[in-house]
Amino acid sequence: MSGQMRKVSTAFAALTLLVLISVATQARAVSAEIIQAVSPDGVAFWLVQEPSIPIVSVEIGFRGGASVEPEGREGVVNLLSGMLDEGAGDLDAAAFSRRRDELAARYGFSSGRDAFNVSAAMLSRNLDESVELLRLALTEPRFDDTPLARVKAQVVAGLRRREIDPGDVAGDLWSSNAFPGTAYGRNPDGTIESVSALSADDLRAIMPKALNPASAYVGIVGDIDVDAAGALVDRLMGGLPSSEPETFDPLEVKAPASLEVVRMEVPQSVALFGHEGILRSDPDFIPAYVMNYTLGGGGFTSRLFDNVREKEGLAYSVGAYLSPRDRAGLYIGQVASSNDRIARAIELIRAEWTRMAEEGVTPEELEAAKKYLTGAYALRFDSNAKIAGALVGVQMEDLGVNYIRDRNSLVEAVTIEDIKRVAKRLLKPEALHIVVVGDPEGLEAAN
Amino acid sequence: MLRSVLSLSIVALCLLSARPGAAEPQVTTFTLENGLRGVVIEDHRAPVATHMLWYRVGGADEPPGETGVAHYLEHLLFKGTEKYPEGAFTRIVAENGGQQNAFTSSDYTGYFQRVAVDRLELMMELEADRMTGILLTDEDAALERNVVMEERNSRIDNEPGGRFREQLNRALFLNHPYGAPLIGWRSEIMALGRENALSFYRRFYSPDNATLVVAGDVDPAEVEAMARRRYGPIPASGAHPEERPQEPPHVAARRVEMEDPRVAQPYMMRFYLAPSVRTGAPGEGAALTVLASVLGGSGVTSRLGQRLQVETQTALGASAFYRGVQRDDTIFGVYAAPVDGVTLAEIEAVVDTVIAEFIKTGPTEEELARAKTVIIAAEIFAQDSQQSLANAYGAALSSGLTLEQIQGWTDRVEAVTAEDVRKAAEAYLKPERSATGWLQKPAPVVEAENQTDDDAEEGPKG
Repeated sequence: MSGQMRKVSTAFAALTLLVLISVATQARAVSAEIIQAVSPDGVAFWLVQEPSIPIVSVEIGFRGGASVEPEGREGVVNLLSGMLDEGAGDLDAAAFSRRRDELAARYGFSSGRDAFNVSAAMLSRNLDESVELLRLALTEPRFDDTPLARVKAQVVAGLRRREIDPGDVAGDLWSSNAFPGTAYGRNPDGTIESVSALSADDLRAIMPKALNPASAYVGIVGDIDVDAAGALVDRLMGGLPSSEPETFDPLEVKAPASLEVVRMEVPQSVALFGHEGILRSDPDFIPAYVMNYTLGGGGFTSRLFDNVREKEGLAYSVGAYLSPRDRAGLYIGQVASSNDRIARAIELIRAEWTRMAEEGVTPEELEAAKKYLTGAYALRFDSNAKIAGALVGVQMEDLGVNYIRDRNSLVEAVTIEDIKRVAKRLLKPEALHIVVVGDPEGLEAAN
Repeated sequence: MLRSVLSLSIVALCLLSARPGAAEPQVTTFTLENGLRGVVIEDHRAPVATHMLWYRVGGADEPPGETGVAHYLEHLLFKGTEKYPEGAFTRIVAENGGQQNAFTSSDYTGYFQRVAVDRLELMMELEADRMTGILLTDEDAALERNVVMEERNSRIDNEPGGRFREQLNRALFLNHPYGAPLIGWRSEIMALGRENALSFYRRFYSPDNATLVVAGDVDPAEVEAMARRRYGPIPASGAHPEERPQEPPHVAARRVEMEDPRVAQPYMMRFYLAPSVRTGAPGEGAALTVLASVLGGSGVTSRLGQRLQVETQTALGASAFYRGVQRDDTIFGVYAAPVDGVTLAEIEAVVDTVIAEFIKTGPTEEELARAKTVIIAAEIFAQDSQQSLANAYGAALSSGLTLEQIQGWTDRVEAVTAEDVRKAAEAYLKPERSATGWLQKPAPVVEAENQTDDDAEEGPKG
């Protein structure tokens, strides 16, 4: 049903477009400028102009994601992400898809625990029409019965596959143990039961919460000037009803200090390990990030990679990372090893966790980490789509428009004492919650 | 994933040539005296570069009984040389803010680094050094074999679909080594060692078997000068991969049926033997690319999507794909996953009907135009990623396509007629050229008192 969404954002009188700040970022990162601007209707957005290829990339992040779901409607935001391009306005699913292909426009909708994301890549030559079709998808989706039944069945099929995938089983169990009874304890795609029960009315009801312009962050990169970008933002967002953004309480990480085994008949066991981590807003986040490069983040060069893969050949992939979500921070990692070798891999990981907690890093390791992290930062900005994503990410984390320019100095400023302090604060080898899925030898569930 | 095998993924063909009027990537080529071919793609948006070295040798060039050796060698290339011993390569790339990886396919093996542009020559120095200089101990080789086995576990053996597609692929190719798994059969990986890897290495890793691709904020003349300094001193080997055994005429349709209790979603997949862009007659590869798009390209608007997902509502998903960038004859595939309550036999019957009708009528003009728009626009979108550009050129050149073929691709696609597409379907979507696979759970065990003689004759299931 179209026509239910009404244009509400009249609270912002149509201002002339106002360019607030223009920051020339460090040459090594983005060589272009970030223009921080506000649309005539009052929506803030960040823009990087890049006229060399005839494409415009738009990224919108809406804070909330699965966290806005009411009880019993788990998975409705994910289902929404699958239904926005299944017919809108006068176009049924097939007509919408044909129109999109005629324009060669690319729209992506995705949702996670904390956010709903819209990513679009459009050709300059038909930008107006491509934006109009995206507007239709965001504001007048139809949710017709036939595509709804199909997309629900696809989601349910995906959830069934999760039940047999060792990594997914481990992830779901780890999450439910860490955040029992809360939004973070559930898979954001919902359950087979909850998704099967969802209706078009549920989708309509969740739209104002999931796509609330008051909690939206916009990044635009491409062949477009600031006036046209402002008009584009207003067209996309103008039809979405705005309301006071929901706030979300922090969640406690309750992962028990235990090892749990789920038996599955597969040749290789997957282990997920971790405990509480750190929020992005914590002043220790950057030191912690630098520390984790050495422990488990640094691709081919981390201690976990070196000990588990290079020295003993126990795994193809092993690593650890900080997962700073909006409501809680996690420090987690994963390894996959044959059933007869997984126990040894876990033993080595525990030992490295302990060594880092007790000793921190060597001066050489810190130097290597800084060289990599500062040198590789520019690689995150080598395409329009990546830059658009980064513009939204920096806004959602509230890091400020200067962050991209200043980030490498923040990394450079980390000292060996900082690392020692955060390692001691964060790493708790005795508190690791480990979930192993497979048919591991020599591992029994233990508390 | 780290040091990965390119899996048998469903990839859209992207050959990268911009349509007239669109900004085109600036591409320059050169060839060094020792036979190393160079391609430079300018992208001045950010001060970074992608450096890739592609060897024109892959899984399909392995000696009999040594499946997986091309990929195993790729892993071993990270072990060190006299000049840059154990771990030095990885450490130097990382300390220069570089990201790196490598990949193996049936036709090529590639190594790449992404770095700030002022580190480009250092990457060439490192890559040139390991073209001929790797040192290997038996211990390194044995350890890395375990890592590859874990990779095989993750990609193939831990998931029913991985093992199923491996069997289906083997069933399609009667004679060509494309039928063997890239990562290798389990038993043959177990038997690989230092000598197998080194013999493959000495035979095939040389400048005259390689293509250098550099994309980024670079000057082509400077790149050529750097390449001459770093790669130029390495002598040509004169040894090239031999022609592979080709397919005999296919005269019998093949079927692969696999049951596994861990299958969460049953599906059918069919592979047809089809010419690649390289082996087909002029325009045939473009016609097959359009065919894949019209038949099963974009969700519910494709022929398969419309019939299976919208009209009959028998499928959760349906698609078609074509692996056009291959040295030898390749795969055109169709896939359908039934909704609950629909059998694989039923859904296959619908797929067969759609194909039979298409062979009679071909695409409508509207379908043809839409498919071309999507295929050609992909070339424009690809320009947003220097890594994708570098990949596309490297893969196409290493699969035996010429630069002219790559740059003429858009024109080829534009020139495809409805009748070309229909004829391609008629010529190649024939049952005898195909292997059809069903993947599903075992049928529920029938209670003894309900068992009929017919059931008993089928033998034990589950």
